[in-house]
Amino acid sequence: MVEEIGKTVEGDLVINVGPQHPATHGVLHLVITLNGETIKKVEPHLGYIHRSIEKMCESLSYRQFIYSTSRMDYLSAHINNHACALCVEKGLQIEIPERAQVIRVLMDELTRIASHELWWGAMAMDLGAFTPFFHAFRERETINDIMEETCGARLTMNYMVPGGVMADLHPNFQSRVKNFLKLYKSKIHEYDELVTGNIIFQNRMKGVGYLSQEDVISYGVTGPAGRGSGVSCDVRKLYPYEIYNKLEFDEVLETAGDSFARYMVRLREMQQSIRIVEQLIDNIPDGDYQAKTKAVLKLPKGEFYQRVETARGELGVYIVSEGGTTPYRIKFRSPGFSNLSALDHMTRGGKIGDLVASMGTLDLVIPDIDR
Amino acid sequence: MFSLESITTLVQDWLNKTFSPNLALFFEFVIVGVLAIALFAGLGLVLVIMERKVAAWIQIRLGPNRVGPKGMFQSLADTVKLIMKEGLTPDGADKFLFNLAPFIVMMVAMLVLAPIGFAKGFHIWDINIGVLYVSAISSVSVIGILMAGWASNNKYSLLGAMRSGAQMVSYELSVGLSVLSIIVLTGSLGINDIVLSQQNGWWIFKGHIPAIISFVIFIIAVTAETNRAPFDLAEAESELTAGFHTEYSGMKFALFFLAEYINIFIVCAIGATLFLGGWMPFHIGNWEAFNHIMDYIPSFLWFFGKTFFLIFLIMWVRWTFPRLRVDQLLNLEWKYLLPISMFNLILMTLVAIKGWHF
Amino acid sequence: MTNEELKNLLTELLPTAVFEEGGEWLNLFLEASEWKETALKLRHFNTMPFNFMFCLTCVDWKTHFTMVYHLRSTTTLDNIVVKVKLDRTNPEIITVSDIWRTAELLEREVYDLFGVQFLEHPDLRRLLLTDDWVGYPLRKDYEDPINMIKL
Repeated sequence: MVEEIGKTVEGDLVINVGPQHPATHGVLHLVITLNGETIKKVEPHLGYIHRSIEKMCESLSYRQFIYSTSRMDYLSAHINNHACALCVEKGLQIEIPERAQVIRVLMDELTRIASHELWWGAMAMDLGAFTPFFHAFRERETINDIMEETCGARLTMNYMVPGGVMADLHPNFQSRVKNFLKLYKSKIHEYDELVTGNIIFQNRMKGVGYLSQEDVISYGVTGPAGRGSGVSCDVRKLYPYEIYNKLEFDEVLETAGDSFARYMVRLREMQQSIRIVEQLIDNIPDGDYQAKTKAVLKLPKGEFYQRVETARGELGVYIVSEGGTTPYRIKFRSPGFSNLSALDHMTRGGKIGDLVASMGTLDLVIPDIDR
Repeated sequence: MFSLESITTLVQDWLNKTFSPNLALFFEFVIVGVLAIALFAGLGLVLVIMERKVAAWIQIRLGPNRVGPKGMFQSLADTVKLIMKEGLTPDGADKFLFNLAPFIVMMVAMLVLAPIGFAKGFHIWDINIGVLYVSAISSVSVIGILMAGWASNNKYSLLGAMRSGAQMVSYELSVGLSVLSIIVLTGSLGINDIVLSQQNGWWIFKGHIPAIISFVIFIIAVTAETNRAPFDLAEAESELTAGFHTEYSGMKFALFFLAEYINIFIVCAIGATLFLGGWMPFHIGNWEAFNHIMDYIPSFLWFFGKTFFLIFLIMWVRWTFPRLRVDQLLNLEWKYLLPISMFNLILMTLVAIKGWHF
Repeated sequence: MTNEELKNLLTELLPTAVFEEGGEWLNLFLEASEWKETALKLRHFNTMPFNFMFCLTCVDWKTHFTMVYHLRSTTTLDNIVVKVKLDRTNPEIITVSDIWRTAELLEREVYDLFGVQFLEHPDLRRLLLTDDWVGYPLRKDYEDPINMIKL
């Protein structure tokens, strides 16, 4: 946007995509300027689901504010909670039991798989293929069932609290996760057969929505979208938290930088998450699931920043504390917000169909962008 | 052996005996009209429920299962709903064209029904240029779609209509050429003649590889011509919300919807007639005994069986493939399908001249 | 690299800067007038270009604003925090959206919620709130009797 502001001239077609539109998966509003079918400019208008969670958190205690963060990126609610819990723990300087750490990582990775499953189905639907959506939901449902048993909720779990996790694992947890792994492995080939190998799909994705390494860094694109351009930005590898430095998994990198590369990154990332789950599921240590913490938490005066890798990229939680029971200022660095800023750059000169493909592979979740 | 031909002759004879020739003709018109409308409604209902059930089967779910036994009355209930709904006309729309468009699309679909042979001796109108008539009339429906898109005063509709115009006009060429390659073999444009020429085997088997190539091209091109996925760019849900019929509601939307399904039926019927022998039973050369057994299955069953097989094929494709992009769509036609079908036509002519076909 | 080493390196680059090492990362305090120049220096620092801006926000301290820029170098993975103090009555700072392009939307967000004017910003409009919104919600003295529930 900086090098030249796309100007609307006489004869251009200006279209509002959204706030209600099948491809935006929520209330994103894009004003696109068209020349025929070719996109000249894409301008996001945000705020349709802005709840000012940052302001709300200023009047909530350190135990309470975590619950509102499940509503930001609702597809990786666990990971949002995790980031907040970690940030508070960093301020309080408490060690959490190993069992809690393992449970947290397990939940994170299951969430990541579930989120990528939903993305896979929704993105294929954006491109006009309806069937993958249902195939993806078949696996995702089993994860949701596992979550429901342990956390009591299917979407906004609020399971992670400062000091550990809220409750112990359900007795069925291990066996059901193993069943899920079995199911997933028997079905994963369908993903390639149904979508990845399809010639129409590949033509729609290859060379579309190109982002170079410089663009990725300059626009602050993180997560699978950044790794699709060959930029190493997996927080789990770069700045390991919890027990990620003890686990064996690879940071998935693709170099092409187009939509297909981003697609492949996510597909392969699911495999890596499966790998992590497999390593941990039989090795959950005994012990407490929660560290002993005071009833009322007070963070010392100072600033605390914690980042984690959500399914969409790098989530940062920045807490400014004045020593009270509530944060003085809190800021969430949401991955979707930065990823969205690259959308205009990616889609300029493409067709309307390319906009949908690019948007699909950025995996935008609107409450995450608006907060 | 049950045949519809005997019924039609019976009715015609009785009418001619009882009334004056003019009055008899008038009654025939009325009967045909009523039958055509009944067929329309019936086909619409059956095809919609079929599509939903096929989709459900492909998508590992159950599909409609609440209204009636196994959800069979679902489309009837939907029809009632659509009739009850208010048909809105947007403020800025060109009211006359906006309301006319769905009827044009519908009328075209009805007109194309005329020359199709549903069973042995069961035509509405056995015109001697049947195939030409079908391709000429079916290309009128693009006018209805353009009209709908333009008159809606909606940018999505306009884009959808423009896409649809470009798409249908281009793919008409491939349909025409692949149809021509069968005409070269039959030497007649009349639907009845084409069916009769397949007395000793269907053209897809008799016509060697060129016939198979033109069959594949025909299926691809008619999928595009009827705006079905993967060529549903005119409606492209995730891009243009609903394309040319974004602003339509109630019964006017239902007419577009119905016309789409009738068009699928018609193109599949034409495909079945040209390549799979229409109502002609499965015959192999001069195996008299075998052919005779096949003749015991009524001809209208053969016709509907083949047509619904092709419809199923098109539905299968719809629920499997993603959508093409608009430039890829036109590339596919102008750079691949058109040259191939032109070459194929020459090949077929050679086959016909040399008499290499069976 | 420890904060100490980082500080030594950066002192060579920015002799006038004020550092603070208390927190997790090295903090760098600047005047609003020298921000653009420093930003360019940091962005094109030879051995470790701070090319990745992962967070941009503002804190209302009731007496003044502090712009907080979190920067990271993708080559060495070092982080620094740049803080710029702004006048509360007339908060103005030069934009850095031409250096880190992600800043364009982030600065619009800060403008929307804090009312900080980013000079030379290509498209400074409200981002999240409606265009006719009065006030800046994330300021500490913002009052909204309808939408805000005081606990």
